[in-house]
Amino acid sequence: MSDNTLPPSAPARPHVKARKARISLVWLVPIVAGVIGLSMVIHDFLNVGPKVVVSFLTAEGLEAKKTQVKYKNVVIGTVTDIALSDDRTHILATIELNQSATPFTRADTQYWVVRPRIGAHGVSGVDTLLSGAFISADAGSSDKTEKNFTGLETPPPVTFGERGKRFILHTDDLGSLDIGSPVYFRRIQVGQVVAYELAKDGKGVDIEIFISSPNDEFVLTDSRFWNASGVDVSLGAAGLKVSTQSLTSIISGGIAFREPNYSPDAKPAEGNAEFKLFDDQASALAPPDGEPKYIRMRFNQSLRGLVVNAPVDFLGVNVGRVVSVDLDYDPATGSFPGVVGAVIYPQRLGAANDKLRQQAGGGDEEEQTSRIIGRFVERGLRAQVRTGNLLTGQLYVAMDFDPKAPKIAYNAKARPLEVPTVGGSFDKLQEQLQAFVDKLGKIPLDDLAKNLNGSLIELQKTMKQVNGEVLPQMRGTLQQAQKTLGSANDTFADDSPARQQLGQAMEEVQRTARSVRVLTDFLSRHPESLIRGRSGDAAPGSYKGSSSSREIAPEPVQ
Amino acid sequence: MNGIPFAREHKVTLCHVCSYVCAEDDEACPRCESAVHPRKPDSLRRTWAFLLAGLIFYIPANTLPVMFTTLLGSSSENTIMSGVIEFAEGGSWDIAILIFIASVLVPCIKFLVLGMLLVTCQRRSQWAMRERSRLYRFIELIGYWSMLDVLVVALVAALVQFRGLSTIEPRLGILFFGLVVVMTMFAAMSFDPRLIWDAEVEDVR
Repeated sequence: MSDNTLPPSAPARPHVKARKARISLVWLVPIVAGVIGLSMVIHDFLNVGPKVVVSFLTAEGLEAKKTQVKYKNVVIGTVTDIALSDDRTHILATIELNQSATPFTRADTQYWVVRPRIGAHGVSGVDTLLSGAFISADAGSSDKTEKNFTGLETPPPVTFGERGKRFILHTDDLGSLDIGSPVYFRRIQVGQVVAYELAKDGKGVDIEIFISSPNDEFVLTDSRFWNASGVDVSLGAAGLKVSTQSLTSIISGGIAFREPNYSPDAKPAEGNAEFKLFDDQASALAPPDGEPKYIRMRFNQSLRGLVVNAPVDFLGVNVGRVVSVDLDYDPATGSFPGVVGAVIYPQRLGAANDKLRQQAGGGDEEEQTSRIIGRFVERGLRAQVRTGNLLTGQLYVAMDFDPKAPKIAYNAKARPLEVPTVGGSFDKLQEQLQAFVDKLGKIPLDDLAKNLNGSLIELQKTMKQVNGEVLPQMRGTLQQAQKTLGSANDTFADDSPARQQLGQAMEEVQRTARSVRVLTDFLSRHPESLIRGRSGDAAPGSYKGSSSSREIAPEPVQ
Repeated sequence: MNGIPFAREHKVTLCHVCSYVCAEDDEACPRCESAVHPRKPDSLRRTWAFLLAGLIFYIPANTLPVMFTTLLGSSSENTIMSGVIEFAEGGSWDIAILIFIASVLVPCIKFLVLGMLLVTCQRRSQWAMRERSRLYRFIELIGYWSMLDVLVVALVAALVQFRGLSTIEPRLGILFFGLVVVMTMFAAMSFDPRLIWDAEVEDVR
């Protein structure tokens, strides 16, 4: 086409022939199209990731070919198909994962549906209100891969790869704790409950908690955990004190932990370390009790008010608690003594326990304890039931040294250890009350009453007299006084003649005083007039005092 | 046939641009200097090439999504056919049929007709020649109407951009669809309808 410079004659034909033989450039177009198409097919083929099937209880919010699978909000796959399982108890969602999402086929991968949720722990998944639910995934670390997964119904509390440590807590029962319940350290949430299960023997619950980094290093080897659920109300000398961890923990329960005030060589605990979960902070932070020792006491008195868990005091220190209150029968006396079983924790005696053990010498712990208590009994150790609260009649067991107590043979071999007793303080109180009542009974109440009766009659007579005679007279007198006051009132009324006369008299007195002043002035100027009589120019009437503030009348009126 | 001689018999040929009668041997029109040839050069081969390219592009154009719609957080990708089905299921039969005709039927007809024309020309078939050339005119006429889809997507993607509420974005499929339309138009352009009638006479070239 571009050869228009050539002569148009002969060579044109062979030239056209040559062009025909060549492969036309136009074939590049379909070739390029084919290459593009092929490359896309290959790209797609390479990008097709693994397929997994996840079962859920319900397909609520899921849509085939629309619902996405996300990890950290990055789309890693799509639900391609939703079908019912064979037994129709759940649904099977087929998920096509991206090529890059191969780790999500690991056997311990977790899948769950993100829907809007409102619970005691807060609100989550609000964004899905508009966008619709999606499936969230969390890759595991297992080496094995899996094709079929069971989807979680609730989001897992801890995502894979989150740094932190897991710990196991042992407790008697779960209480109000649940998965997701917060774990507090100094009232700051640092972790949560991730799992719980019954202990292997069924005698307790193992709770798994997760403390996220960096707060996990605050869990020390001697940290104490306690159940921080609900409200703790205590009435003390400082008044009523209400203490909670947080509003959430009131509703949904929670766990708190901290180390005891004195923990000299505590190291950060290893992951999966096991701890005991206490019921409350006070018992959690109490020093460890150590091994309990079982003792038994016989009381020849009513044990009404002594209940299981009542404290056992030793010199005022709470060393244990009552575990059983039973009746026994003594055929010799025909009486029913009460048998009280109690556990004591020798470690609660602290330093005293250590020293006693050193002194007690060899033998196993049981023998040591027996020997120590034997020595105490020799020195007068006696158990006594005392009243802890007069209002409710609660009793507790107190162990004190009573040097005057009669000697009692101590059986060191008896198990459980037997601690001798003395009568309770309440018994003594009752005796004293009885004596007091007896004394009261001896008072001659009848005579007293007779005398009192006579006196009362006398008093009544006097009162009658007063009423009959004195009161009428009093009345007359009062009327008289009233009259007098009335006339006095009349006398001093504004328009009464007496008042007018009084006014006039006062004016008279005023005038008299004025003339006396004039006279004294005159006399002070003319003392000689006393002897010589009044001179003509010095008449008192002509005197005009310059210093006087008042105009003095020249001559008396009237 | 009816007495009027063919241009070839007079050793002349017509300029495609200014319709000037040139000598048969002329490479360029003496008047407007555009290239001159008795028939469009390499017509059948070029048409075949463009047709094949169009066919290849037609596959991704239909399998890949053409549009990405986000409406209040729920997003979806639609291919042409899924869009048609969605409209049909939604009750808008008219729109569904319109899209179906413009986007699916027209390209298909173009492929079929062009393919048929090419085959018959190569076999020098004398069957229904007048109808075949009418078909060719029809193909040329409807060719650019297939661009409708591309325009709709471009327009909608530009207009619907309410961040957060709803957005529409074009996807790769619409590019291939546009390429299909362009390729079929090229194919139709490079086809010389006079080849239909050359079956009656000796090959021109």
